[in-house]
Amino acid sequence: MSTGDEVLLEARGLSKTFGHVRALQDANFSAGAGEVTALIGDNGAGKSTLVKCLSGAQQPDHGEIRFGGRPLRLDSPATAQRAGIETVFQDLALASDLDAATNLFLGRELVRPGVLGRFGFLDRRRMRAEAVQAFAELGVNLSDVRAPVAGLSGGQRQSVAVARSVAWATRLIFMDEPTAALGVVQRERVLDTIRRVRDRGVAVVLISHNMPEVLAVADRVEVLRLGRRVARFRAADTTLEELVGAMTGAIDREDQQ
Amino acid sequence: MTETGTEAATPPPAGAPQPSRPDTGGEPGRGRRVLPPAVARLAYTNTFWIFLVLVALVVFFGAMQPNFISAVSLRSLAADTAPLLLIAVGMTYVIISAGIDLSVGSVLIFSGVIAAKTMLWLGGDGAHPDAGATSAGWTVTLAGCLAGMLGGLAWGLLNGFMVARMKIPALIATLGTLGMALGATYLITGGTDVRGIPLNFARTVGFGLVAGVPWLVIIAVLVTVLLGVVLAATRFGSHTYAIGSNAEAARRVGIRVDRHLIKVYGISGLLAGIAGCLSLAHFTTTTISGHTADNLSAIAAVVLGGASLFGGSGTVTGSAVGLLVPAVLQSGFVTIQVNPYWQYLAVGAVLVLAVYVDQLRRKARSAGR
Ligand SMILES: Nc1ncnc2c1ncn2[C@@H]1O[C@H](COP(=O)(O)OP(=O)(O)OP(=O)(O)O)[C@@H](O)[C@H]1O
Ligand SMILES: [Mg+2]
Repeated sequence: MSTGDEVLLEARGLSKTFGHVRALQDANFSAGAGEVTALIGDNGAGKSTLVKCLSGAQQPDHGEIRFGGRPLRLDSPATAQRAGIETVFQDLALASDLDAATNLFLGRELVRPGVLGRFGFLDRRRMRAEAVQAFAELGVNLSDVRAPVAGLSGGQRQSVAVARSVAWATRLIFMDEPTAALGVVQRERVLDTIRRVRDRGVAVVLISHNMPEVLAVADRVEVLRLGRRVARFRAADTTLEELVGAMTGAIDREDQQ
Repeated sequence: MTETGTEAATPPPAGAPQPSRPDTGGEPGRGRRVLPPAVARLAYTNTFWIFLVLVALVVFFGAMQPNFISAVSLRSLAADTAPLLLIAVGMTYVIISAGIDLSVGSVLIFSGVIAAKTMLWLGGDGAHPDAGATSAGWTVTLAGCLAGMLGGLAWGLLNGFMVARMKIPALIATLGTLGMALGATYLITGGTDVRGIPLNFARTVGFGLVAGVPWLVIIAVLVTVLLGVVLAATRFGSHTYAIGSNAEAARRVGIRVDRHLIKVYGISGLLAGIAGCLSLAHFTTTTISGHTADNLSAIAAVVLGGASLFGGSGTVTGSAVGLLVPAVLQSGFVTIQVNPYWQYLAVGAVLVLAVYVDQLRRKARSAGR
């Protein structure tokens, strides 16, 4: 088991302010290849902001990011994608007027072979077929893959976002509350998917407020409070009480790390 | 789980073509559509309804006055509409990207003036200054049109730059270029129309026919079909919809939103430039005091054709149909001897109604979650 041996992503001293709100204050974070790192914390702790900073959607005011042992400057989401980093954003970031398949392939469309492809003609049939398969793996069967995602249920839309990140990630996936709106079956499928992706050697960062879920799937847990990492645990060695204690401020042992 | 159970327990009717859906992801309790998805989708689009309206109008006026559908009236209707069609196609791209372009009319006349001035400058006959460039050859014509199109493109790119990079709301940015292009036109011309364009240009492109179809119409339709295909079938088109639907989402999947928007406004400017050249050929003069309502006509056509002013939806086909409705109304009123000014009233009312229906649909959609 390679767990924890190989640090893939290491962020040190990240800060981000919005006006007067200090969303991140000298936050550290790390994720290892082939392991699931859960990122937990209260509402407003800064989890989503951290994910956005680490996936290029926002730029931190200060701080250093190392990826695969080298410094990485994430000036745009495209840079993160080129590095093999994919993200399920909390707001899903779907184009709601477009259908599920188009969303799945957005920015990475499949084009027709030959001259038509050179002019950017889309191979919609192939995209649709691959999309149906990707959704089926998540236990989602869309009755009409051509319907705009605005018409899908909250859980279905969440599945579209998850399928998109899983389909493209090669090194690291951030999932910002990917199971929040899911039914029982679909939640299990997503957790299975997370394990499968991890076994592929990809680093998975899971944000969740569901502690049993965290303990079930995570290898490690990092706790964020008031924009700062306050503790990290090995999931096998920790308890629900310990996690809650760290989130609410009863435990603060970042300095011991 | 009970819901899923209910769904699984109801066997599909025998023989019905049913896509297999084991554990359905959504809420199976919701009413299922009976129509096949493709038909249902079509019936839900505004494009479909406005097309029905167009057909109904043609049938109605045709029944009232059989010579309404005569070749001549169709031909002049189409030729008069051709430049506006190009404007509406550009507007379709812009509106789908969740923007607006008010400057198109000014850019059209600016381009026409640049084209005409270039033709006069290159093809003027020193011995007969009054004749302008009427006897100049095709090279002069082509150079003039190219200059006019470049002029249009430049205004479009400026619009795009202001909207995408300077983050000026499209309404204000293009209102600014509307004024600027108009001002520049009047400064260049001193307020008088430019005449004396090459005769060969006017005779062919302006009012020439190919197999009974005006050149104007052929050019406009070719450009429209090309851009319609690009919008519907290519990556560029898909990104235009994505940006209009959710620009932040497009940015997060690595689409270069700013660059794309500049191109979209550039297309609108370029098409206004081409329209300026067509209009120049058609009227054999620049029409600097006209085209003030072209922007509104184009916006109306695009919205009638099923696009949403919120961006993310619309089609070139729809816009073309949306453009024909007011044109048919106008000709129809003339042929059945109703005051044609009724057209403005009717189109205005239908436009407001179309936007209202779009709003209702959006509300229903976000409430239905
Ligand atoms: N774009 C923004 N503008 C202003 N303030 C922001 C912005 N994004 C985040 N914040 C603030 O930063 C803080 C951290 O927010 P963040 O979304 O990262 O929390 P979170 O840990 O993801 O919470 P949740 O569990 O509710 O998703 C909050 O106080 C929030 O109000
Ligand atoms: Mg969050």
